[in-house]
Amino acid sequence: MSARRPTPLLALFLRDMQLAWAGGGGPLLAGAFYLGVAALVPLSAGPSPERLAAMAPGLAWLVLAVASLLSLERLFEPDWEDGALDLLAQGRAPLAAVAAVKAAAHWCATGAPLALLAPAAAVALGAPVRIAGPMLAAALLGGLAFAYLGAIGAALSLGARRGGLLIAVLVLPLLVPPVIFGAAAVEAAALGGPWLPSLALLAAYALLAVAAAPFAAGAGLRNALG
Amino acid sequence: MITAVSAEALALDRAGRRLFEDLSFHLRPGEAIALTGPNGAGKTSLLRAIAGLLRPAAGQIRFASAQGPLEADEARASALHWLGSADGLKGSRTAAAELRFWSEWTGGPPVRLSGRGGPERSGREGAGLDPVLDAFGLSSQAHTEVRRLSTGQRRRLALARLLASFRPLWLLDEPLAPLDARWRTRVGEMMHAHLDEGGLIIAAVHDTLPIGARELRLESA
Repeated sequence: MSARRPTPLLALFLRDMQLAWAGGGGPLLAGAFYLGVAALVPLSAGPSPERLAAMAPGLAWLVLAVASLLSLERLFEPDWEDGALDLLAQGRAPLAAVAAVKAAAHWCATGAPLALLAPAAAVALGAPVRIAGPMLAAALLGGLAFAYLGAIGAALSLGARRGGLLIAVLVLPLLVPPVIFGAAAVEAAALGGPWLPSLALLAAYALLAVAAAPFAAGAGLRNALG
Repeated sequence: MITAVSAEALALDRAGRRLFEDLSFHLRPGEAIALTGPNGAGKTSLLRAIAGLLRPAAGQIRFASAQGPLEADEARASALHWLGSADGLKGSRTAAAELRFWSEWTGGPPVRLSGRGGPERSGREGAGLDPVLDAFGLSSQAHTEVRRLSTGQRRRLALARLLASFRPLWLLDEPLAPLDARWRTRVGEMMHAHLDEGGLIIAAVHDTLPIGARELRLESA
């Protein structure tokens, strides 16, 4: 009870960060997936530089969304399988806070490194260098929205057992706005236009997700325990 | 602090089947209940219902403190230790790191272990978790990854959480299963000391508990 003890939620955040990086797991895999897909694009879409440069910002953004979602699928599953979720439910923090902290740790461990790769991949594919800044900002904010919305799907799919596919379809519509706003900001930056309005909409949507999604995810976790 | 746990006319369903109904018990400080019964009788489900992990089909589970009735959510969040058959320990982290995390999560000061005597409630901070690891014979494994521990060591680490922060009500699912005779005796002594401190224990077991526990037998419906 002394002031030196970190709060339970901070302890959970640090534990999840350490688990994410232990054995080079999730973040490196997501990063490798991202770079792998980005490297395959010129092979499948043809090497013509003009064509690649036109597609680069949108592609880099799309691949980022897919890589984030793939890594989110198992956000709660290990804790659910090995009994840790039963124990987490006996803490002072409600399950909504558990979901919020785990999504935040996932964003820091996996979302942020992916966001750093996004501008590099876009520029490597031939996008103008001036998109790097907006791309990074959009990737950070978009990753935040993906992490919290994906947490809803990850929590619901625990209770639904083989319903993973159905859950993906249910959560997908929630991901449409951040994909649209982010792509709009990146495209505007590539054309030298105003990209801040789209980025502001993306930020607003991300904050809404951060504020609201933990309650839905916490209810999903409670349901999965029963 | 919890001073009583009771169930009234409790009924539980699992997978669409009624496990038992009209179950009542009352547990006071210093008392232990040994849940017995055949496989599938609902021992684990009853523990999960007390822990708030499973909603009863009918009936009530109540907690009380010396001041009067306690809100069930509050009692579970602050006064209950859960030890399930799945231990929730992460293979890639060290024994000490896992014990520290769960001590922080359950939020109490570690139980102070004094010499040969039983554990006492810690009056002050600072003893840390080393004595707890020591009491469970895990001192030399403190910095070993959990995946490299033996089954018995892993179970002892899970049990060590009970002393890593003081909480009065222990819910234990087969707590002694993988332990050898020596460690069964040691853990029995720790349970004794916990009861002497005014703790409460409800444990699902197949063989007898090494403490004077009242038996509550669940029969398959």
